[in-house]
Amino acid sequence: MVALTCAAAALAIVPLIAILTYLIKQGAGSLSLHFFTNMPRPVGEAGGGMANAIVGTLILIGIASVVGLPVGIGAGLYLAERGGTKLANLVRFLADVLNGLPSIVMGIFAWQFLVRPIGHFSALAGGAAIGAMMIPLVTRTTEEMVRTVPQSLREAALALGYPRWRTSLQIVLRTALGGIVTGVLVAVARVAGETAPLLFTAFGNQFWSTNVSQPIAALPLQVFVYAISPYDEWHAQAWAGALVLIALVLVISVLARFAVRSRHGRAND
Amino acid sequence: MTETVARLDAAPSASQQPAPPAMETRALNAYFGSTHAVRDVALTFPQNEVTAIIGPSGCGKSTLLRCLNRMHETVPLARVDGEVLFHGRNIYGPGVDPIALRRHVGMVFQRPTPFPTMSIRDNVAAGLRVQLGERLDRRQVDEVVERALRQAALWDEVKDRLKTSATGISGGQQQRLCIARALATAPHVLLLDEPTASLDPLSTQKVEELVYELRSSMTVIIVTHNMQQAARVSDRTVFMLSGEMVEVGPTRAVFTAPTDPRTEAYITGRFG
Repeated sequence: MVALTCAAAALAIVPLIAILTYLIKQGAGSLSLHFFTNMPRPVGEAGGGMANAIVGTLILIGIASVVGLPVGIGAGLYLAERGGTKLANLVRFLADVLNGLPSIVMGIFAWQFLVRPIGHFSALAGGAAIGAMMIPLVTRTTEEMVRTVPQSLREAALALGYPRWRTSLQIVLRTALGGIVTGVLVAVARVAGETAPLLFTAFGNQFWSTNVSQPIAALPLQVFVYAISPYDEWHAQAWAGALVLIALVLVISVLARFAVRSRHGRAND
Repeated sequence: MTETVARLDAAPSASQQPAPPAMETRALNAYFGSTHAVRDVALTFPQNEVTAIIGPSGCGKSTLLRCLNRMHETVPLARVDGEVLFHGRNIYGPGVDPIALRRHVGMVFQRPTPFPTMSIRDNVAAGLRVQLGERLDRRQVDEVVERALRQAALWDEVKDRLKTSATGISGGQQQRLCIARALATAPHVLLLDEPTASLDPLSTQKVEELVYELRSSMTVIIVTHNMQQAARVSDRTVFMLSGEMVEVGPTRAVFTAPTDPRTEAYITGRFG
C-alpha cells in the first residue's frame, strides 16, 4: 500500500517535470532579450518578440485582480466570519459551481454582457472575464485562511474595544494575509494562462497597445495563434512564449511572497 | 510573603465613607443555549480592590467574568439576563454600546494574545488607536506606550525592540504585553481570566506582583484556578460552584474560616 501511494506520488510530479524540461528545451533557444523588447514580426522576417503580449498579459492580470480580489477576499471573509447562515452555505455552494464553470463559458458571458454592449473587444472585457474566474478561487482560500486565525485573537480585539468590522479587517484579515496572498497567487497563476475566455473578449492584438478599452495582446493568445500556424519560426516563438508565461507567474509569486514576508517579518511564516 | 500577610490583615477599604462599588451584578444569569452557566449571581466589586473568583472547572467563573464586559454575548447562542452596574449604570440597559464599555473595562485572557502582525509598540497602542483614530500624534503614542509598558513591568525588557514583532518575545513577556495593551487605554476595571494559566512560575510571579501594584489605580477582578494565587493577590475572594456564588468575603476570612461547608471542602480538599 505504501509502495503504491509512493508510486502515485512520484507519478503525480512526472507531468510537471516533463512539461518544464520539454518547454525549456524547446523554448529557451528562441529566448533572448530581443524576445522581451521587440514586437512580433511578419512571417519570413527573422527575430521578433512578444513585448506587446507580455505587457498585455500583465495588464489583464491587473484588471482581473481589481475585479476579482476585493470580491473574492470580501466574500471569503464573510464566509469565515459568518459561516453558519443559509446565505453563507448558498454562497459557498455557488462559489464551487462557479469554480467548476468551463472557462469558455465565462468568455461567452463576458462577450454577451461587456463586448456586445460596448461594441468592440477590449482589455477590460478580457480582464473582467478572468477576474470573475478568480473570485471563487480567492473566496475559498480566503475562507480557509481566515478560519485558521485563532478565535482568541478575535476576542482579544473585541475586548480591546474593536468593533466587529475592524476586528475582521485589521486583525483577522491581516493575520491571515500570508496565506491569502498564496491563494491569490494560485488564482493569478491559474488565470494568467487562460486562453478561452480571452478569445472573444481581449481578442489579441498584433500591435503595441496599452489602452484598456481596446483589444489587447496576451501571451496565451499569442502562443495559441503561433502554435496553430504552419510556420516553423512561429512554432519556436510559441514555445518561447509558453516558457515566458510560466516564468512570469513564477516571478509574480516570488515577488509577492517576498513583499509579504518583509512587511510582517516572521509573523506570517 | 510576610508583606502579603501584613496586607491581608489590614482592612483595605476602611475609609470613613464607603466608596460606591466599581461594578455590581444583580440577579445575573448567563446561558449557553440551554446550559445555565451563571445562576442568580449578586455581587459587588469594590473600587481599587482585587477580587479573586475561584471554583472548580466549569463552575461559571470565566462566564461571570465575561458578562462584566459583555464579551459573553459575542459567542453564538450565548444569552445574559439580570443587571451589571458599572459606576451605577446597567451595562445591559438600552443605549449602552458594548464597544465603548470594553474600552473602560479591559480584559486579559488565559493565553497570551499579542496581535502577530503588529510590533510590540503597535500592540500596546492598538486599543488607543481604535479609540482615538488619527487624532494621536507620535509623541502621545510613545508616551502612552512607555507608561503602559512600565506599568506592566515590561519596559526594561523590550524598550530596545519596540519595533520588532510581538511574537518574538517569551510567553511570559507576551502576557505582560497583553496586560500593557489593556492598560494603555486607562481602563477603570481590569478583568483577568486565568492570566497565568499558561505561564512558568517566574512569569507567574511577575504577573502577580503586577496585579498587586495595579490595585492603587484600578479595580481588578481575577479568575484563577490556583487558590494560592487568589490568597496571594486578592483582597476579596468569591467562591463559585455549578454557576452559583457560594461565598464571598475578605480573602483571609474565606481561606481561614469559610462559612459554607462547600467552600471549606473545596479549599481543604484540593490543597489541604
